[in-house]
Amino acid sequence: MSTAFLGMPELPGGHGNLRGAQEFPHAARQALGNRQLRDNLAHATGAIRAKRSAVVDEVPDWEELRAAGSAVKADTLARLPDLLEQLESAVQARGGVVHWARDAEEANRIVTELAAQRDAREVVKVKSMATQEIGLDAALDAAGITATETDLAELIVQLDDDRPSHILVPAIHRNRREIAEIFAEHMRDDQGRPLTDPGDDPAALTEAARRYLREKFLRTPVAISGANFAVAETGTLCVVESEGNGRMCLTLPDTLITVMGIEKVVPTWRDLEIFLQLLPRSSTGERMNPYTSMWSGVHGEGGTPDGPREFHLVLLDNGRTRALSDEVGRQALHCIRCSACLNVCPVYSRTGGHAYGSTYPGPIGAILSPLLTGMDAGDTNASLPFASTLCGACYDVCPVKIDIPSVLVHLRGQATRSGHRTERTTMRLLAWLMSSAGRFTAAQRLMRLGRFGARNGRFRRLPPPLSGWTDHRDLPAPPRRTFRQWWAARRHRDGGGTR
Amino acid sequence: MSARSEILARVRAALADNPAVHRVPREYRQHSRDAGTAELVEMFGERLAEYTARVHRAAPEHSPAGITAEVLRARGARSAVVARGLPARWRPTTASITLVDDAGLDIDELDHTDAAVTGCAVAIAETGTLVLDAGADQGRRAISLIPDHHVCVVRTDQIVGTVAEALAALDPLRPLTFVSGPSATSDIELDRVEGVHGPRHLDVIVTPVEC
Ligand code: SF4
Repeated sequence: MSTAFLGMPELPGGHGNLRGAQEFPHAARQALGNRQLRDNLAHATGAIRAKRSAVVDEVPDWEELRAAGSAVKADTLARLPDLLEQLESAVQARGGVVHWARDAEEANRIVTELAAQRDAREVVKVKSMATQEIGLDAALDAAGITATETDLAELIVQLDDDRPSHILVPAIHRNRREIAEIFAEHMRDDQGRPLTDPGDDPAALTEAARRYLREKFLRTPVAISGANFAVAETGTLCVVESEGNGRMCLTLPDTLITVMGIEKVVPTWRDLEIFLQLLPRSSTGERMNPYTSMWSGVHGEGGTPDGPREFHLVLLDNGRTRALSDEVGRQALHCIRCSACLNVCPVYSRTGGHAYGSTYPGPIGAILSPLLTGMDAGDTNASLPFASTLCGACYDVCPVKIDIPSVLVHLRGQATRSGHRTERTTMRLLAWLMSSAGRFTAAQRLMRLGRFGARNGRFRRLPPPLSGWTDHRDLPAPPRRTFRQWWAARRHRDGGGTR
Repeated sequence: MSARSEILARVRAALADNPAVHRVPREYRQHSRDAGTAELVEMFGERLAEYTARVHRAAPEHSPAGITAEVLRARGARSAVVARGLPARWRPTTASITLVDDAGLDIDELDHTDAAVTGCAVAIAETGTLVLDAGADQGRRAISLIPDHHVCVVRTDQIVGTVAEALAALDPLRPLTFVSGPSATSDIELDRVEGVHGPRHLDVIVTPVEC
């Protein structure tokens, strides 16, 4: 794997739920065969796209906000060491404890020990990508601590022993009937009795989840959250949510543990005025999400605490410094996890999130996962930069202007160099052919002869060494005439003039 | 090496190319109209109502306390918790509603209280948002979270236009809660369902400055 510059040892990649067992094309083929999944996805991504456009179009200074958001993130990364130290002192000054975790294992160990020291048998969790990434629930479980996900969609996924498939709506791949079945089968009260069958009306299912979780919120002594933003100058943490499960977890338990990627820091309080406009409109398609909570250390006056008595912040690397060392790829760390790029992506909206293998699906996942883990030979993540049509829709909607298509192309180059062998052979061959007009024309003629091997206009398998290419994709058979031949004939017919 | 020094060393190594530090262009709108103008008050009410919160306008001759009592009764509340600093003119005085001053109620006591009445720190017209900062007329965060009905009194001069204006008016060192409608989820087929874990009902009373 090449890094940004010579002479520097490669920074360690991240671990945890960052790669799948299969390469993207194989996983995607399974997903594409699932009709129900495709229907659920088409409905959901279509609905969110429409909501987003409506509330983005009404903002007259949207482009100015995007420019500012992107600049704050670039500035943050450039000054990251200072900002992290500043954040640490600000949190400590307000009664918080700061921990640093090199990777998933270290973060899991820190959180598990904190919970165990407080004799917690159970913890409540607010939806968080970082803790999903490090596999915290499984680590807690191994230590005999039950973690309950409290976001409705996360709860659905957890009860079903499934994996999230969307950043914002982790159960987007399930419809109401499937969710009703999951609840009927797995939701038990504290006596182990099934909760009465709530039917498949979303309001009734939501009510069932409320009843199931309420006691846990009121009784559980330890909560675990992620963070959307952390302000270096004030030590202010920020969680953006809808259901109130975040407020419950951030307010009621005695101990709050927040796990946050090091790239989530922003320099100043004022910077939040940008992101609190960009995020809700891009994410849920609302002018503002129902609830946003902010806290700085621990709060309370005159002996009555307001919120937790103890606050721990775990700052997580897990491959982020590796991503940061890539000059082109580092912009992936600007991501505010709005999921807008998923909803507009022609690939994601057909395959869904599981095909990407990682906690981070869709266009952002296709760049972020390989940047975090690296793409050594044989790594399934080396297939992700190819999971795109490069149509550019993701770039257009991204509120922090991450140029995902350019990073994809950049990573394709790296994957090719590092051993995605067929792509390398194919690309070299194409480069050789295209560098000479004569060779190119001859090759096209040859390919047209090859049409006889195609069925319905597509090749399913090519002979080696090109079989590597068709292992992952169909190849359209070459047309009867090339564009050049058609153009030449047309010019001839139209009298030869060019315009 | 400690995890802290190792991570900081990695970050420095990753930035060995010295990426340029750019000035952040803040060309977006900072300011809209003066706080409390009729247009802003109107916009705030409309946008908050779109989230299915109920918005009530108190005319100057009405006492906010009367409206508070009415909205509590309309939702069937028989008890309401308030912070000790909630102004007397906002406190419902009716025999049918038991008003409890929060002197450190425990979670169970709050769970058995029907409603909470609070003020707010600032409100945002463009997004239909209330911001609570645990001020004297609001109290700690649990009060407006556990009871199922939240009644919030907003003075018109607290209504600003933009998110930027609201943040400028807030103290980041206080615990802050931004509320835009009752709790909601769209996790099942993107169907919006109101009332998940936070209060299922939100009533907002907009009162003129002098109240
Ligand atoms: S890459 Fe951009 S559009 Fe995609 S989730 Fe991140 S911030 Fe949103």
